[in-house]
Amino acid sequence: MSKYTPEEKVKIARNPGRPGTADFIDALFTDFFEQRGDRLSREDGSILGGIARFHGRPVTVLGHRKGKNLDENLRCNFGMPGPEGYRKAQRLMAQAEKFGRPIITFVDTPGAYPGKEAEERGQGEAIARCLALMSSLTVPVIAVVTGEGGSGGALALAVANRVLMLEHAVYSVLSPEGFASILWKDASRSGEACAVMKLTAQDLRRGGIVQGVLREPEGGAHTDWQATFRTVDAALKKELAALDKLKGPALAQQRYQMFRAMGQGLPPAGKEEP
Amino acid sequence: MNRLFSQRRDRLLTYQAMREGKTASSRRVSCPGCGEESGALDWSRNGQVCPRCGYHGPIGAYYRLSMILDPGSFRELEEKLAPANPLNFPGYPEKLAALREDTGLRDAAVAALGRIEDHKAVFVVLDSRFLMGSMGTAVGEKVTRAAEYAEKRKLPLVIFSASGGARMQEGIFSLMQMAKTAAAIQRFQSGGGLYISCLTHPTTGGVTASFASLGDIMLAEPGALVGFAGPRVIEQTIGEKLPEGFQRAEYLLDHGFLDQIVPRSQWRPVLGRLLALHEKGGRG
Repeated sequence: MSKYTPEEKVKIARNPGRPGTADFIDALFTDFFEQRGDRLSREDGSILGGIARFHGRPVTVLGHRKGKNLDENLRCNFGMPGPEGYRKAQRLMAQAEKFGRPIITFVDTPGAYPGKEAEERGQGEAIARCLALMSSLTVPVIAVVTGEGGSGGALALAVANRVLMLEHAVYSVLSPEGFASILWKDASRSGEACAVMKLTAQDLRRGGIVQGVLREPEGGAHTDWQATFRTVDAALKKELAALDKLKGPALAQQRYQMFRAMGQGLPPAGKEEP
Repeated sequence: MNRLFSQRRDRLLTYQAMREGKTASSRRVSCPGCGEESGALDWSRNGQVCPRCGYHGPIGAYYRLSMILDPGSFRELEEKLAPANPLNFPGYPEKLAALREDTGLRDAAVAALGRIEDHKAVFVVLDSRFLMGSMGTAVGEKVTRAAEYAEKRKLPLVIFSASGGARMQEGIFSLMQMAKTAAAIQRFQSGGGLYISCLTHPTTGGVTASFASLGDIMLAEPGALVGFAGPRVIEQTIGEKLPEGFQRAEYLLDHGFLDQIVPRSQWRPVLGRLLALHEKGGRG
């Protein structure tokens, strides 16, 4: 039994003092070369990514970028990507596939941005293409949910061979506020929503949605960044070594089967055409 | 199940009788599009499209299939697939049971094998009467199995979407259906399969952001609202009113996300032509 309620975990997961994608890249990788732009219309600062070395090995690393203060947040839109961000992510991942680099993603977003221009430029299509592309990659993909895993905007970077979560991170179909507002027409019942949504790392591990939960320091990741970095580093190293045993198509197959199996309690496929 | 089947059959026969003018109906329907009143019979004969302004009203999955498939070619697939309650969400099983009673559907998607102008294909139709056509595990599983079935038999896949997005009551499991269906479609397409995505009013959220946006051919009904975020959420976020026609099919066409807009009466000929152009399921 965790000492924090799901509602408290949502607060910890949103703490701006937690290490974010930029911090993980700084601490865990060397030679980071940032790649910007979607090659179609613009650069989206809410997704940060590029090429780097992880323990000497070239990888593609990317993730949602949240700001630590208002100024930073305005530049990265509070970690809510538009279609350009997801198209940049696709570009980087397709390149990783081309050069045979493993992909490591850090997931931390309230969700994809629900804005007018985002719709105009195909937010839904951009996310859908991310999902389709990730599902077919033949390089190892590891995702770490470090804070808030909000909705399709989070999933778009998390169709991985291994999805790991920090102990107090959350991952859900929608924010608890949105969930309460849709189901009960009352966003203020978000606490109640947290309780039923099964959004904690522990619940998701039990439900087979994530494959590993990473211990946070006492009080949460924001209290001791170095300890958090050590844990994440060790976990990534271990998972990458395990995935190295699978070759190309087997990686795509393992990922496909893992997501294929999500949605339990259903009768097996029936016999069709006689 | 027999009772549900007979309900469904009765309803279809009623529609047919109405279309053929055997049932005298004096009921008047006022159009949500133009506000004008017309006879229910005229609406029905017109496939629930306003006879005056062409507004496309919602229709059920079986009815839609009956409109587009060659008579007698319909064979339902995976009809036993039923929803689960993975979050043990309070009140959800009761809600599902009530909807099953009302609609004769087990969940929001119907899958079928059928023919259009003698071209065989696999069809999935979402039904907005069932929890807004939202995608939970049963809908995700049905779309996935339909894609796998089409892949195995080298048939084209046609999906009519109408959905509020991921189903809240199944939480994260609904979200994962986005990845699952997108992956299944990707696999089907990379194997050479033709996937025609037909968007109907409304298609939003997690369905737009997964299988519905991945068609080799993208089509929509006139006036259909299609988007990721709903208009109300966007207005709240940006603090301004959205322009007239925002996220409608015509707007999507202008912005490059659709091949064509297809009025309801034209689905059969348009799909028939596309299937003919992709003989052997698009595999040359």
